[in-house]
Amino acid sequence: MLSCKQASRLLSQSLDRRLTWRERTALRLHLTICDVCRRFGRQLLLLREAAKRMVRLTEQNEQLQLSQEAKARIASALDLDRH
Amino acid sequence: MKNADPHAWLTEHGDYLYRFALARLRDSHQAEDVVQETLLAAMQSATYAGQSAPRTWLVGILKHKIVDLIRKQMREQPTEGLGEELPDEPGMDAFFDEDNRHWNDKPHSFGMPENSLEQKQFLTILQDCMDRLPKKLAALFMLREVQEEENEIICKELDISSTNAWVMLYRARMGLRKCLELHWLGR
Repeated sequence: MLSCKQASRLLSQSLDRRLTWRERTALRLHLTICDVCRRFGRQLLLLREAAKRMVRLTEQNEQLQLSQEAKARIASALDLDRH
Repeated sequence: MKNADPHAWLTEHGDYLYRFALARLRDSHQAEDVVQETLLAAMQSATYAGQSAPRTWLVGILKHKIVDLIRKQMREQPTEGLGEELPDEPGMDAFFDEDNRHWNDKPHSFGMPENSLEQKQFLTILQDCMDRLPKKLAALFMLREVQEEENEIICKELDISSTNAWVMLYRARMGLRKCLELHWLGR
């Protein structure tokens, strides 16, 4: 029987690789009896979705701009490189 | 190469590229630096022949520059006990009881709020939590969850082993989940 620690690790890895048949079976068995790990698994998916939304929020936030200094610095780097 | 005007790229796309980088690196200086490197690389590259929209092309270069930067971070920062030889993750034990069988600190129930204002607050807290993570954990997490590149490709590009990536992603997720629970439920 998997421990919750092992199960939580496999749940995380299941987002990054295909688990082996053995691992999947053991994990499924653990999850049928452990609602805490089931909840943890759902929250990992929530995190993934939230990270995507967070990125979109930043990308669409037009108040976030390069500072004037940064723009000037980049512009002169471009000139320097061209000549 | 036609119409290669890096200054026009800077004016028209600079802010967008900056936001794109900032969203992933969460560091304004680093974001500025990668935008600069992207435009320099774009200027020197002869590949742009107008086949794709300049912005799409620039974002493509930017993605590589972001990965380059994270790879450098991975190399420079000591692994903080994250080496691949580690059989168990230090610092993770507090989450479990002594014989590591059960949750010491059971995850509480929370979900993404439906209401858009609340959702914004939730995401702001997630941003703060992200900033508390060690930088390279946060960077790897973002690369994996947002870019959704295959894990193997990410590992190859970052020059780390898959095992190491799994360990780091596990730590990042455990940390973020706990931090959200504390600051979202406890708000």
